[in-house]
Amino acid sequence: MSSTPASRPSSWTGRVREAAVERLPPEKLLPEGQPTYVASWIYIFGVASLASLIVIVGSGTILSLKGPAWWHYTGVGHFFNSVHMWSVELFFFVMVVHLWGKYWMAAWRGGRAHVWITGAVTFLVAVPCALTGYVSQQNFDAQWISTQAKDAMNSIGIGAFFNLTNFGQMYSYHVLLLPVVVIGLVAAHVLLVRRHGVVPPLEIERLRAGAQGPHGGEHPAAHEGAS
Amino acid sequence: MSPIAASVLGALINLDHPAHVVKWHFIQLSVSNIVVLGLMLAVFALALVLPFPGARARAQSRREGGSR
Repeated sequence: MSSTPASRPSSWTGRVREAAVERLPPEKLLPEGQPTYVASWIYIFGVASLASLIVIVGSGTILSLKGPAWWHYTGVGHFFNSVHMWSVELFFFVMVVHLWGKYWMAAWRGGRAHVWITGAVTFLVAVPCALTGYVSQQNFDAQWISTQAKDAMNSIGIGAFFNLTNFGQMYSYHVLLLPVVVIGLVAAHVLLVRRHGVVPPLEIERLRAGAQGPHGGEHPAAHEGAS
Repeated sequence: MSPIAASVLGALINLDHPAHVVKWHFIQLSVSNIVVLGLMLAVFALALVLPFPGARARAQSRREGGSR
């Protein structure tokens, strides 16, 4: 593959392929190891969020196949509803700890602004995704939440477009529109992490800067590579 | 949940009441949300201080020129 004008692909598919491989070469997309600094519990919460999301999507798919009232009259339905609800609780729990960890290590460093932005927007979109799920329960809890939350939507002027008491609209948002956005953002977030690498701790970045300084004070941790 | 299990659980934890709420000026939080917040802070703190299995050995082997 060459970037000379003569050898540039003539089709848009070829140009997309070249751009994709240039931005995210296979060895970056599917690396065989991670830097040694990733061996820390604080780096676990991103992948824990991903694991929770997989369980959410899996249990949600089963629930959507059977319909929103299934969990009310069968034990199996109740089980999958509980798995779905508790995986959402876990998703937010680990996502918030992930957010705290990344905030305090200033994870937008080193050209990672888009990684940070996609993560933050995912969190913001996940909130209405969960809310529309709570109002799709078809019970008194859903009724209470929808009427309380409707006041909030009305107060900011979007109640006419996002009507929490309209079950059909909320269910569509919950099982299709918002999950598509969340999954798309998470995919972009993960690909951006692959492209830029996992953000190093602040201490290692300082050591790296020191290693390149006039005194050449080198430290082994400044050269952490894939492990 | 079976009726017997529900009775036993109900005897231990009485859920038949409005949620307990903590109020401080305009801030109003349910006790259950405060518990979850506390757990998140605890998990965050533990993640910072607890050693990760094998991390020290891996870093040591890297310093000594090992592959992994």
